[in-house]
Amino acid sequence: MTASAFVSLRDPTRARALADRLTHLTNRFGRAPVSVMHVCGSHEQAIARYGLRATFPKGLDVIMGPGCPVCVTDLPEVDEAVVLARSGVRVATYGDMLRVPGTAASLGDASADGARIDVVYSVAQAVDLARASSEPLVFFASGFETTAVATAAAILDDPPPNFSVLSAHKYIPPVMEIVAEMPGTRIEGFLAAGHAATITGWAVFEPFVARHHIPVVVAGFEPLDILAGLARLLELILEGRPEVSNMFPRCVTREGNARAQEKLWRVFRPAGGNWRGIAHVPNGNLRLRDEFAHLDARRRFTIDLTSLWTDSPSPLVGQCICGNIMAGLTLPDRCPLFGKACVPDSPVGACMVSSEGTCRIWHQYGGHPDLGGSR
Amino acid sequence: MCLGVPGKVVSVDGALAVVDFWGVRKTIRLDVVDEPVSPGDYVLNHVGYAIRRIPAGDIEATLALYEELLKADDAQDPMAVDVKGEMLA
Repeated sequence: MTASAFVSLRDPTRARALADRLTHLTNRFGRAPVSVMHVCGSHEQAIARYGLRATFPKGLDVIMGPGCPVCVTDLPEVDEAVVLARSGVRVATYGDMLRVPGTAASLGDASADGARIDVVYSVAQAVDLARASSEPLVFFASGFETTAVATAAAILDDPPPNFSVLSAHKYIPPVMEIVAEMPGTRIEGFLAAGHAATITGWAVFEPFVARHHIPVVVAGFEPLDILAGLARLLELILEGRPEVSNMFPRCVTREGNARAQEKLWRVFRPAGGNWRGIAHVPNGNLRLRDEFAHLDARRRFTIDLTSLWTDSPSPLVGQCICGNIMAGLTLPDRCPLFGKACVPDSPVGACMVSSEGTCRIWHQYGGHPDLGGSR
Repeated sequence: MCLGVPGKVVSVDGALAVVDFWGVRKTIRLDVVDEPVSPGDYVLNHVGYAIRRIPAGDIEATLALYEELLKADDAQDPMAVDVKGEMLA
């Protein structure tokens, strides 16, 4: 990297100017708080890592919504993978999924009991594992549309007959509708994740904006990208201009990656389903189309979840407030379990498991990173 | 898993490319990349798949964030760990 690129992206003068602009804009509302939501674990990582909340004005709440795909994977989806693994089927999955609690057990628990679980970085590695043997291999697939595109590509690339997919993939735009319609919601604008929009294009948010009259700004992950995105969002709210604004043009176009979208929607169909702790989200889950039934683990195997009913969940689970945190209704450090009974090494809720989970991020970078900020 | 990682294409063989991520060479797939890719181009890698060819004028600005994250040697830094994980994909 040259000095000029670094200066333009990390220039403290520009950062200070943007922070001042945020304060100026927030003050112009003449009321507090102004609440906006981002839906991306990487945004929260950057906000916490670079201490951005310390620069936010007191009247501005920047809330992380359901932006962690691991965290919103529903209990029965984890249970399906656990039952398959316990029945002797080899399961491959992304590392974050190992410790996500199911109703009574995680895949990590199943592995400790002797089930065969392989951690992979890519669906392509899962396909390679399947190709190297004749035994059935199920890829337990999690992630938003950016990650689902890779699963779709693997499915379209003639995988071996012993390979199948248990899809827990989720699609972000529909859950924004749920949050916007939630009773008591305070969200006045959304910051959308740059890399998901790399695939979908920013036009994907136009129907949402038209329906809810809430502006959406697509932002990147540099500290200055986020500050600039928030300033733009406040301007749009103040001016009463519900529209989509692309503040990440170096990665995101209006139409997005058409080739990736074509593969995504050829393989997957949107289906309604529960997001853990949030709600039933119409069209929020990505399931394999009938044409690919032979690669769909749900149709290849009989997955009997009643076998888990003899196990009982941890009594702490009832106290977990992950759902309210992801809905923007409360914060990690208001949970009695946070940092005490619930820590990264022994998580109670999924938000403490994933590196993209709000609780995990807050725990790592300091439980209350708003140093002198909004709270 | 939202964050892709940029790398420089070293060679292309059909739907596969060898890509250099700060000295770490990995083979990634080109099934879903938006534009044709040639050696010398930069691409954004997500879970082993190139999801975008980075326009020439945007390469430096795209690399900046990662330069700093890769310098972090804190094994508990979730953002740095995610980026390193993507490099292994």
